[in-house]
Amino acid sequence: MERVAGAVIEAEGLVKKYGDLTAVAGIDLEVRPGEIFGFLGPNGAGKSTTISMLCTLLTPTAGVARVAGIDVMHDPAAVRQRIGLVFQDPSLDDQLTARENLEFHAFIYSVPAPDRRRRIDEMLAMMQLSDRASSQVKTFSGGMKRRLEIARGMLHQPQILFLDEPTLGLDPQTRKSIWTHLNELRTKRGVTIFMTTHYMDEAEYCDRIAIIDHGKIVALDTPDELKAKVGGDVVTITSQDPDEAAREIQTLLGVTPARDNGALRMEVKDGRAFVPRLVRELTAPVDTVSLRRPSLDDVFLKLTGRAIREEEVSARDRNRAMASRWMAGRRR
Amino acid sequence: MRVETAARPTVESPVQAAPVDTRLASLRAIYIIWYRDVLRYWRDRWRLVASLAQPLLFLVVFGSGLSSSLGGAFGRGSGLTYIQFMYPGIIGMSILFSAIFGAMSIVWDREFGFLKEVLVAPIDRWAVAIGKALGGTTQAMIQGLILLVLAPLIGVKLSVLTIVELVPLAAVLAFGLASFGVAIASMMKSLQGFQVVMNFLMMPMFFLSGALFPLTNLPGWMTVLTRLDPASYGIDPIRRVVLANSGLAHVDSLGLTINGQVLPVPLEAGIMLAFGAVLLGVAVVMFQRRD
Ligand SMILES: Nc1ncnc2c1ncn2[C@@H]1O[C@H](COP(=O)(O)OP(=O)(O)O)[C@@H](O)[C@H]1O
Ligand SMILES: [Mg+2]
Repeated sequence: MERVAGAVIEAEGLVKKYGDLTAVAGIDLEVRPGEIFGFLGPNGAGKSTTISMLCTLLTPTAGVARVAGIDVMHDPAAVRQRIGLVFQDPSLDDQLTARENLEFHAFIYSVPAPDRRRRIDEMLAMMQLSDRASSQVKTFSGGMKRRLEIARGMLHQPQILFLDEPTLGLDPQTRKSIWTHLNELRTKRGVTIFMTTHYMDEAEYCDRIAIIDHGKIVALDTPDELKAKVGGDVVTITSQDPDEAAREIQTLLGVTPARDNGALRMEVKDGRAFVPRLVRELTAPVDTVSLRRPSLDDVFLKLTGRAIREEEVSARDRNRAMASRWMAGRRR
Repeated sequence: MRVETAARPTVESPVQAAPVDTRLASLRAIYIIWYRDVLRYWRDRWRLVASLAQPLLFLVVFGSGLSSSLGGAFGRGSGLTYIQFMYPGIIGMSILFSAIFGAMSIVWDREFGFLKEVLVAPIDRWAVAIGKALGGTTQAMIQGLILLVLAPLIGVKLSVLTIVELVPLAAVLAFGLASFGVAIASMMKSLQGFQVVMNFLMMPMFFLSGALFPLTNLPGWMTVLTRLDPASYGIDPIRRVVLANSGLAHVDSLGLTINGQVLPVPLEAGIMLAFGAVLLGVAVVMFQRRD
């Protein structure tokens, strides 16, 4: 891997083992100042474990990590002063108001007294929470809580903002608005953003992505470069006789289709020329044909041989989000 | 891959960002952690009112019931009724329960993630334990001292001096038990665990503390247990101050003795304070464990 001059996050051979289980199996990466770096992978891939090691919350089993130029093992407190954190699970006090949550943070992060109020007002305005500053957090929606956590993470003016699944359990519109805010932070504050997600579509907003699976980085590049690796377009057909269709595609068109939930899926150089040929030559009945540009899902499938099972993952996460909301409601 | 990196390169940080005095930061943290607990307590007025129900119930049911059935027999002709005897004990009970339940907020914070926000901050962990213990102390003091408004109904006369003496004594008892609660909470991962442990420790602590009956003329084994109960050393001085200044005789003879010796109030307070300090130390150590 080429060295990046002035990297703000560097990891070399980062490993975390829980007993027999290797959660993170040797990660090397470098994040450049001012970039939005995405860590993409299915549940259990090791994203949270990696982020926790970079944020000094977990001690690596092996390897080195430097954040803001400081060894995370050497001086954890100095690292923490320079990073902002948004955890995967909610961590606000919902009995307090938004402003009180921010004041608490300003105190424990030693924000100088004369700056406290101004910075809190600025961040509230930036995250569009000014009008709710005096409301108790328990009255907030999931998206508002996330925005407040981002505001809180930025309050002590960190160089780097770490976010672990910041859009988890939010509806698509809210997810989009979180992204708008993150982009704004990057351009207005020049903060470097390191975030994890298992939503493939979101990773496209990142400058660079590391795809992680079973604790290892399987690819690291810009979204466009990654998609280019898939090669051309993705054509998917459904047929009442998929076996026959697959055989014909193989022999007549020289392409080996992959099975994907009963559909046949193939990557071809020039999709727009391929589809008419396919329709002309196939004798097996074809029900539907679709043609699209490759997505990161395709990249992941190609690299790992598996699809990220979005539905399962999000169902589980939604349950968890619901459970914690229910618990929070019972809080006294 | 360089998984087994032989020598960890020691990197000096190139960025010398504004140096933060961690000691000072930790003091600020103690303040804000304390402040948050008090704010939450104050905001939860319903809890404030509800927490008066239990001491009132004890005073009305036990106090009135036993006062009339024991009659004048209770105070050995001192003129002390049972409800008067019990009243300072109930103040102690209120402090005991609120101090320990106050510590439960740590377990709540762990469960709901807020503790993470505190523990990752660039502050020393001892600040968290101390802030929490002081927060619990404050709440418990208020919960106990608020019961002084009932004094006229019980027939106990309070002077300004009584109250001046009572505040530090209530603080010492509250601090000891809040530290105890924080120490337990720092070891507990779940609310259920905390509740089970507390019921096994808190109720015996209360029953053996002398809040409900004089610690004199008890069977030998019980004498030993009551003297081992730290709460005894906090409740006895509160009783002596509340009752002695109101002209009721023989209060000291109902109190805590060791080998027949009545302990001086400052010694009792010192024992309570030492208990609190030791448990706070335990809590600090527990909070400093990482991962
Ligand atoms: N404290 C822990 N003890 C044991 N195993 C853990 C612990 N935390 C995470 N793991 C395991 O490590 C793997 C990676 O987890 P995690 O980093 O949370 O994944 P992700 O955030 O990508 O979903 C999973 O198999 C998970 O079960
Ligand atoms: Mg995770």
